[in-house]
Amino acid sequence: MSEREVLELLRENARYSTADIARMTDLEEDEVAAAIDNLEAAGVVRGYQAVIDWDELEEERVRAEVELNVRLDRETGYDDIAERLARFPEVTALRLVSGDYDFDMEVEGDSIREVSQFISEKVAPVPEITQTVTHYVMTSYKENGIEFGDGEEDDRLSYTP
Amino acid sequence: MPFDLSDRVQTVPPSGIRRFFEIAEERDDVISLGVGEPDFATPWAARDAAIASLEAGKTSYTANRGKRELRERIADYVADGFGLDYDPADEIIVTAGASEAVDLAFRALVDPGDTVAIAQPSYISYEPGVIFAGGEVLSVPTSKADEFTLTVEALEAAGADEADLLVLCYPNNPTGAVMSKAELEPVAEFAREHDLTVLSDEIYAELTYNGSHTSIATLEGMRERTIVFNGFSKAHAMTGLRLGYALGPAKAINAMNKIHQYTMLSAPTTAQHAAIEALDSCDEEVREMVAQYDRRRQFVLSRFREIGLDVFEAKGAFYCFPEVPDGWTAEEFAEGVLREEGVAVVPGDVFGAGGEGHLRVSYATGLNDLREALDRIETFVEEHV
Ligand SMILES: Cc1ncc(COP(=O)(O)O)c(C=O)c1O
Repeated sequence: MSEREVLELLRENARYSTADIARMTDLEEDEVAAAIDNLEAAGVVRGYQAVIDWDELEEERVRAEVELNVRLDRETGYDDIAERLARFPEVTALRLVSGDYDFDMEVEGDSIREVSQFISEKVAPVPEITQTVTHYVMTSYKENGIEFGDGEEDDRLSYTP
Repeated sequence: MPFDLSDRVQTVPPSGIRRFFEIAEERDDVISLGVGEPDFATPWAARDAAIASLEAGKTSYTANRGKRELRERIADYVADGFGLDYDPADEIIVTAGASEAVDLAFRALVDPGDTVAIAQPSYISYEPGVIFAGGEVLSVPTSKADEFTLTVEALEAAGADEADLLVLCYPNNPTGAVMSKAELEPVAEFAREHDLTVLSDEIYAELTYNGSHTSIATLEGMRERTIVFNGFSKAHAMTGLRLGYALGPAKAINAMNKIHQYTMLSAPTTAQHAAIEALDSCDEEVREMVAQYDRRRQFVLSRFREIGLDVFEAKGAFYCFPEVPDGWTAEEFAEGVLREEGVAVVPGDVFGAGGEGHLRVSYATGLNDLREALDRIETFVEEHV
């Protein structure tokens, strides 16, 4: 139960200190630390990352969503193909999905050229992959639950009854 | 002489917060913990329903008492949530905010010379409301020793047995105090014994942490002498939509409706559409907001204890009520921390007797701002205390 609560708070903001999490809950600071250790050890929490709005940076960052269709055979299952694809550092996310295609893969690179090359030279040649459809991300409006707009100003008066 | 202002208006002093407002305007980095309204936007489904009603051209007056459909939803909501049983036909009136409902009650019940006992510290509108209605205010101070709950001793000490009406507000603005059933029982008995009509402002009912809200109207023999106020401003984050309601026996609600139909006609129509949807489909959002407030509550209470300001465990609304350090008045502290650190809090005196020496700190503000504001208060205390 307390792990669940800690997990929720970390999801809200992974940079909450253990002290702040303790203040917000009925837990002591060392209990919070223990809960986080447990979550990490159990593989529930796999990492912590910043949510970045690349449009706010000068340098280019190219991201693409790639639909992959695969053909399975007796020796090769989805997991085998996924394992192989997930090894590429260019692949930032990989999910098996329902619907018209099999895998939903996110790829990142420094240029469109780099990403296209990666897909044509590293992904497409994988024998089980029968089709790839690449969608370059043009603008991101929301990532990991965080909206990228300018945010609404707090227009409340500073004192109200 | 033109504009010979009425005595009633002149009797009421200007709002005590005004001066602070002006100081706050001078800085552009003020973090305000002085706000008495949610930082959340109204749940989207309710906003969407308001938009849809506008698109459909539903912009006429409604029935004086509010749309029948809304009154039915309110009846269900208060029955499920608080065990209150009111007939949508003549025991519920929908108003322009709980504020209007409170005002209607005073005007419907108070004759010149009648005495209205008000448990204080409390929301700042009751006292002027009584004066505008021509009544006399009797302050009943509550204290930190009782965690700002209302006790029979306090009622007796103030002479409230002679009063005609008793106003109470739990969960409380400004203290964050709540009253349990056991704590309400003796107050109810006092009201029955001395034949007091009770006005119970329960607008923060939904914002009750660790436990559930008890309405005094559910206690034995109280329904027939109580008017309950509630609304959509707090739990549903709908302050600007201006919608509230009163629940009570038909005799009281009909009298209130008589004033309402001539002075307001009907509560805002768009807001009524939003409110129906809010009660229909926004429970999850309300729960989420309550969970957020509760975390912030615990955070803020912990920080005040660490800073070394005495604070009782506020269990409702979105306020806590720490004590200022020895040698300070609430006003001095609030002004100092605003001028030097840019943190806005409200001195407790503003809320009437029993509030002196305390600060109303609202946690209806995001956690990052709360953290920063509490750090600044800590700096202020380290430098001056
Ligand atoms: C105790 C209390 N009652 C009533 C109100 C007014 O609510 P409404 O917006 O419904 O008029 C407030 C608002 O701050 C309040 O704190």
